[in-house]
Amino acid sequence: MFDFFFNLPVIVQGLIKGLAVICVIFPIAGVCSMAERKVAAWIQDRPGPNRAIVPWIAWIPFVGTFLQRLGLFHVMADGGKMLFKEDSLPGHVNKFYFIAAPILAMIPALTTVTVVPFGAYLSATGEVMPLALAPLDVGMLAVFAVASLGVYSLILAGWASNSKYPFLGSVRASAQLISYELSMTLSVIPVFLWINAPGREATLGFARAVEFQSQPGLWGGAWFGFLMPVSAFIFLVALFAETNRTPFDTIESEADLVGSFHTEYGAFKWGLFFVAEYSHMIVGSAVFVLLFFGGWNPLPWVPLATLVNWLGHFLPCAHAPLFVGVLSIAIFLLKTLFMIFFFMWVRWTVPRFRYDQVMKLGWQKLLPLSIANLLFYAVAIAFIQK
Amino acid sequence: MTQIMFNFLALLVVISAIGVVVAKNVVHGAMCLLLCLVGVAGLFVALDAYLLAFVLLLVYAGAVVALFLFIVMLLDNRGDQRPGVKHLPLYARLVALVLLLAGTASFLARAHLPSPALGAAPGVGASLKLYAYQLFTTYLLPVQVIGFLLLIAMLGVIVLSRKHEVAEDAP
Repeated sequence: MFDFFFNLPVIVQGLIKGLAVICVIFPIAGVCSMAERKVAAWIQDRPGPNRAIVPWIAWIPFVGTFLQRLGLFHVMADGGKMLFKEDSLPGHVNKFYFIAAPILAMIPALTTVTVVPFGAYLSATGEVMPLALAPLDVGMLAVFAVASLGVYSLILAGWASNSKYPFLGSVRASAQLISYELSMTLSVIPVFLWINAPGREATLGFARAVEFQSQPGLWGGAWFGFLMPVSAFIFLVALFAETNRTPFDTIESEADLVGSFHTEYGAFKWGLFFVAEYSHMIVGSAVFVLLFFGGWNPLPWVPLATLVNWLGHFLPCAHAPLFVGVLSIAIFLLKTLFMIFFFMWVRWTVPRFRYDQVMKLGWQKLLPLSIANLLFYAVAIAFIQK
Repeated sequence: MTQIMFNFLALLVVISAIGVVVAKNVVHGAMCLLLCLVGVAGLFVALDAYLLAFVLLLVYAGAVVALFLFIVMLLDNRGDQRPGVKHLPLYARLVALVLLLAGTASFLARAHLPSPALGAAPGVGASLKLYAYQLFTTYLLPVQVIGFLLLIAMLGVIVLSRKHEVAEDAP
């Protein structure tokens, strides 16, 4: 099977790998919408969606009821609804950009995935090799660059809708996304200053960040979330703002803007915005986990290699690349999904900011804080790595 | 494969660049500019200059064109038609033609880069360290001057907007 795969042309291999990653991201984004409602229900102490079920599964005695109460089939019902609903095109819109906007939302959301490593395997010499579609040297820069293109879908959707609320929403969106990009970029610089230690080749890739978090010793094994808590905090806050999540979802606030830029959208076009938002959340969480929460290392001070060696005492297959790969991907996905749960947790805990508060927080609090943080770590790292 | 990619991207860049100039709707023009920049970034990727490609996307496609679009939408919501080429007087068209011909002629006459030397030299835009080193040694003065210029522009904006606010509050 492996020989067959490696004998395929490089382009076909790349296509298969890319499709495989999209086949994971897309359903997760769909299931997240379900999880969002379930988490909301649990936090508000109510059952949540628990009715939809396929008839022949309802006939299975206990499992059927359990699945029904879990609300699992609402995902399919939702997907079916989006696909088969009438796809209305209002008469007053600019048709070309109206249709292009949801597609433009999907492209950056799914392109950023290519440079994010999502797992690792052990080479024959015991080195940890990262798994990624395109392990670039400039990984972080690539994510920032491509993710920043996401603002166009919001601007164009609001403009093409040709009505007041979407337009206001898209003006808010472009201002918010551009202002929080700044603190986000500044907040990760300490991490890359630290991992570009003297004598090493310069990189902005994620693999080195994880490698630095899996070294032996008290300082080496600590995740950057502990070493640079302020950076992690600023990055997380900016991530919430960049993905338009509560408390920063003034862009699509139902109360004052009627859903803002997607007010005029329905059916699958609306669904694409939705999936794009969750894809951004997934990639953002993945980047956060890689930079600040140890990537595919199971616990702080316990790197992946240690876990695999320990498992080797019980399992003969523990060192097989396939096993280590699946294990690391599972650890990484678990952490990323926890981050997404955290997004939902915050959404149902913290109320929404007013728009002027969002701007004030971004420019007057977060930006000076991130600059001070950068200066502090630049000086500290210069002394430590002298 | 590389050849196909290059041809496709080159065509995209040229067509969208022409689109920026001839588009009557300002929003179409901005979107063509965006497409053009993405195409140029693609060309950089094809040359293995990932750093330049992503810096181009981050700065120009991600922020500058977004601001253009933002301003265009704030100034006129409908993306009004701007006067087309037809409205230009004859002498302006003649001057433009002469400039175009002169530019093409000078390009054909002397803009041939020595290709073997280019192939041998390490690309400044390809390696992160080399790029940063050049920025802080050879090009230190221009970087500082541009930084100062941006600071002045920023201060200007702050001063102007402050004045406006006070004038509004006064009565």
